[in-house]
Amino acid sequence: MSEILLEARNLQISFGGVVAADDVSLAIERGKNLAIIGPNGAGKTTFLNICTGWIKPTRGKVYFEGQDVTPLPPRRIVRLGVARAFQIPQLFTEHTALENLLISAAAREQLRHPLQNLHRIRERAEMLHLLDMVGCADVADRLVVELSEGQRKLVDIAVALALRPKLLLMDEPTSGVASSEKFKIMEILVKALSEAKVTSVFVEHDMGIVSRYADEVAVWAAGRLQMQGSPEEILRHPDVIRDVIGEAV
Amino acid sequence: MTFRLAIPALLVLAVAAIPFAAPQLQLLMNLALAKGIAVVGVTVLLRAGQVSFGHALYFAIAAYAAAFLSASMPGADLVLVLVVAVAGAVLSGIIVGLFVVRYRGIFFGMLNLAFSMIFWSILEKFYHYTGGADGIRLPRPTVFGMALERGPFELIMFYLSVALVLLLGWFTMRWFASPAGQIFQTIKTNETRLQYLGVSPQRALLSGYILSAALCGTGGVIMGIVQGVVTPEFAWWIRSGEMVFIAVLGGAGSVAGAFVGAVIYETIRTYASAFAGDVWQMVLGGFLLVIILFAPKGVIGIYDAALARLTGKGRSE
Repeated sequence: MSEILLEARNLQISFGGVVAADDVSLAIERGKNLAIIGPNGAGKTTFLNICTGWIKPTRGKVYFEGQDVTPLPPRRIVRLGVARAFQIPQLFTEHTALENLLISAAAREQLRHPLQNLHRIRERAEMLHLLDMVGCADVADRLVVELSEGQRKLVDIAVALALRPKLLLMDEPTSGVASSEKFKIMEILVKALSEAKVTSVFVEHDMGIVSRYADEVAVWAAGRLQMQGSPEEILRHPDVIRDVIGEAV
Repeated sequence: MTFRLAIPALLVLAVAAIPFAAPQLQLLMNLALAKGIAVVGVTVLLRAGQVSFGHALYFAIAAYAAAFLSASMPGADLVLVLVVAVAGAVLSGIIVGLFVVRYRGIFFGMLNLAFSMIFWSILEKFYHYTGGADGIRLPRPTVFGMALERGPFELIMFYLSVALVLLLGWFTMRWFASPAGQIFQTIKTNETRLQYLGVSPQRALLSGYILSAALCGTGGVIMGIVQGVVTPEFAWWIRSGEMVFIAVLGGAGSVAGAFVGAVIYETIRTYASAFAGDVWQMVLGGFLLVIILFAPKGVIGIYDAALARLTGKGRSE
């Protein structure tokens, strides 16, 4: 029997007159890759923000492994095992790619010794392996501002994976990346996620990527979860073809 | 590597030789070293992208704590005075820090200024306890139970200051390189990611804030003991501004730069005020202007660039 890792129940939030979440209920099963699709402004990112505690819903609850995490701040939810990668990579720009991961590992292990050197922490080999997994081992010692957008996206995801999360939420992991690189990035990513046994949710506009890498698809429109199902079933649905795929094309 | 270490080592040796080679500079250098330690405190915050315009607060708290202790416990030992004074700065750093670490940028800077000015007012107005604008004497503490004459005591204070500069400078650089120090420095670049690593940016900033208060306190108590008197001027906003000035002059964010900047500042201030009377501030201002325009990484940046040209590459902390 499948196990629910994260569950959102009746989420509601508006920004001014815009309803960003309208009675959204969604369950994410452990071990699955769930893709969230929908037009711009449909509330996809808001859903990720609510799940990670960045925004508090006016109504509804979020449960992670059965625990109500709705009132918790992001850092507490992260500590429970929810990590996040962003549409615009959120990295430490004055640090190298490897240092970004080492800082993540230090945060995970709560390393506080004032005289320990970040570069000599026990987790260094693990972080180098992680960078290798996402195909960025060759840029480990370069400042992240010197990397390409695709590399920054991968480092951002690696920083999240360095936390050893149970669930990784990714906001458009392939946006801003050249079409030729998108599938390469997703190949690397899905392999890394499967190797780390991480459940994932990713917001995506590219239906080719959704059909190839998602186990399940959720369709958003005007703050509502319209439907949820397998990629084959969802991507053939006439409403999705008209409202989402049409727009994406 | 040898060359990189040789110059700092020679500078330390030159400073250590001052009491014998140039005794007239001993007091000036001791005050510069005390100020340098306090500037390292400001430098710590600069690494997190925060500027405090009120860190003279901790400078003054430690100095007054030492003065009050010495007044209530005549003959108190130097070590005890130092420990109590720095503990006072740390304690107040925790209390004020818990409040100010919720703010950033100009709000952080001005709130620190506000706290320092409140303390300054207390020192000025509670005349019966603080001596008002005249301040209070800080009698010479004993050293391991011995009451020393002025000469030997000043010599001990000088070498104690040199030792503290080396120890605290080394510690701060090690802390910068540590996981906690690196996490603290990421406040400057990305607090969102920090939260999504499960870290509280406020708590991270507080850790550095307490360190900075301890460093400013150490500088303040040394200054107080060396001068033998503490006045509200220790907490005055110009003193805080001076610390930021020196930090920028030396090289914002650089520990070595804080000490080099303090020595240059004290030297220019002393000699410019002696020879240029009323315009010494203009001399200092002009010097800072030149640094900001032509060497934004401060004096230590000039040194690094020169070293890089000589040896290939280099970077001082």
